[in-house]
Amino acid sequence: MNTSSRKAIRNRSIGDYLVQAVVVGALLLLLAWLAANTIDNLRLRGITVGFDFLSREARFSISDTVLPYSPADTFAWAFLVGLCNTLFLSAIVAVASTLLGFCVALGRRSSHPLSNLISTIFVDTVRNIPVLVLLLFVYSLIIFELPDPVTARVWHGFFLNNRGFYGPALSWIGSGLHWSFPHMGHFNIDGGWIVSPELAAAVAGLTIYSTAFSAEIIRGGIDAVYKGQWEAGRALGLADKQVLRLVILPQALRVIVPPMTSQYVIIVKNSTLALMVGYAEINFVTSTTINQTGQAVEGTAILMTVFLVISLMASWLMNILNRRYVLVEH
Amino acid sequence: MALLPIEAFVLSKEAPARPPPPRGQIRWRKTLFGDAISAAVTAVIIVTALFVLPKLVQWAVVSGVWTGGPSACHDGGACWAFLREKAPQILFGLYPPNDRWRPILVILLFLGLALWTMPPRHWSVATLWAWAVGVAAALVLMGGGVFGLKAVPTASWGGLPITLLLTVLSLSAGFPLAVLLALGRQSRLPAIRVLCIGFVELVRALPLLTMLFIASLLSPLMLPNGLSIDNFLRALVALTIYAAAYLAEVLRGGLQAIPRGQYEAACALALNKWKTARLIVLPQAIAKVIPPLTNTIVVTVKNTSLVLVVGLFDLLSAGRAALADPVWPAPYTETFLFIALIYFAICFSISRYSLFLERRMASEGRQ
Repeated sequence: MNTSSRKAIRNRSIGDYLVQAVVVGALLLLLAWLAANTIDNLRLRGITVGFDFLSREARFSISDTVLPYSPADTFAWAFLVGLCNTLFLSAIVAVASTLLGFCVALGRRSSHPLSNLISTIFVDTVRNIPVLVLLLFVYSLIIFELPDPVTARVWHGFFLNNRGFYGPALSWIGSGLHWSFPHMGHFNIDGGWIVSPELAAAVAGLTIYSTAFSAEIIRGGIDAVYKGQWEAGRALGLADKQVLRLVILPQALRVIVPPMTSQYVIIVKNSTLALMVGYAEINFVTSTTINQTGQAVEGTAILMTVFLVISLMASWLMNILNRRYVLVEH
Repeated sequence: MALLPIEAFVLSKEAPARPPPPRGQIRWRKTLFGDAISAAVTAVIIVTALFVLPKLVQWAVVSGVWTGGPSACHDGGACWAFLREKAPQILFGLYPPNDRWRPILVILLFLGLALWTMPPRHWSVATLWAWAVGVAAALVLMGGGVFGLKAVPTASWGGLPITLLLTVLSLSAGFPLAVLLALGRQSRLPAIRVLCIGFVELVRALPLLTMLFIASLLSPLMLPNGLSIDNFLRALVALTIYAAAYLAEVLRGGLQAIPRGQYEAACALALNKWKTARLIVLPQAIAKVIPPLTNTIVVTVKNTSLVLVVGLFDLLSAGRAALADPVWPAPYTETFLFIALIYFAICFSISRYSLFLERRMASEGRQ
């Protein structure tokens, strides 16, 4: 190697270091400037930085929670309650939309003209409307179109009205199991279990929205299986249902699993919109906390960490699943 | 075992043509009632339709109120009169009523530009300039303060123009950023690569609602005391960053599809890194991902509906504001149907267009 090309390589590597140093330096300067501004502003407002506030009493109420909660609990517990609400809602939506999405996908693949038409209209409509519009629409239907508790019809212990959905509950009282039936109390319906209109609207709206997307993913997976597989399955004397279950689905899963995992992450992210219909998920808890304590930096840091962890866990899980469904070629 | 003669397996004379498969009504009857499941599905659909459709027609048409004031809408039918009255408020928000021709012009401007850009033969640098001029003109029209137009602060902007402006601005600002991020992800330099990957993955992990929260909570803290940016700009920054991260992922797919030989050919032609990217790699990478890029427009249009959390009056929140009028009986269902219809019209046409591009590219690829 002659001297000039050696020099060129050395110059190139010096240039590389220089470019990286300039970019990283500029970024650090920007961050330092933002941090300095933040510290100034926080001092002006008399807010002390730190996570000490987490052990203080929250003093705000959260309606329908998965974990037990009272305003006397700490902020840390309130965050956990919000997170569990988010995960609870997402889990219901994920399961429901996968099952419904499978039905809609089969509808779109079928030769039955009516179900084909209906599922196509459903998918095309829902995919082209913002999820927030859908959520608010469903919520307004529940609040304004369902009857009020006084005139609501009762059906075998089930109430359906604009204060929520009520049903009989099995509970452990004293010595044994007892059925508790909802009945009209003095001011509201007492007894039984209840799904609040907020949770119902969030579940229904998000499920409708996610179903349209899951259906397209599942249909894509079924379409991706080579047509000859159907014919081979039929040639072996299997019925169409058996071909679907034994031949097509195992192969389609390979195509379906990666986008479906991303779809579940999207469901968790979309579940934050439940806040807009008044369901207390993690963004609600965070913004209430920030309003009360002024700890905006810490609150948003917690929020970002939570979603980063969820998304990292999802990609970790996807890698495991991918390895399980990957095509093994001998 | 005696062997069968070969004639037992081979046709000795031409077989008669089979009748064509059943078409029309017979085919319909077979698919609708062919087996038990089909028949059950058909029955369920027809019974549900018979149950729901008359109620829907009754609500929307028979007892629907098409004209009249607030007092006309009290007997349970659809209150379309409300939409007649409030449509301008939903479409244009709090914009001064005397100047409504300005947002109307902005909507027409964007519609015209979008229609002009659709045929692929119009894709040129001139079209790009037309968009730049169009966006600038739209901002001037909305904001005013020059050419004798009355100044209108962004706080009074609203409705459909906000939705369109946020979409166009966040995509056009996000796209160059996305190109840099996608190229940076492939960079030889580890620091650049890590920064780009970290940025894209962080943004993609966060829900947009959380991003908008962060933008509205932290921006007053992070800027020097006294300096504040208005809600429109906050929402725009959050949407731009979000769009950039998603566009970067789409572009990455295009970049990964460029064969190694293209880089080597560029190197052999003594093109430097930037020229290789600009002249060889990017044109091919972008061409490959045009359909998913078009789909990102749909996602962005839908995402703009979230800006109501930072206090902007886009189409959705203008509708909610219109519903708050105590004089009217607040017909939520009708209003949300109207808003959903507008979003649907925009998004459905774009996704159909994306499908058209996809098919066109597929047929070009086959040739």
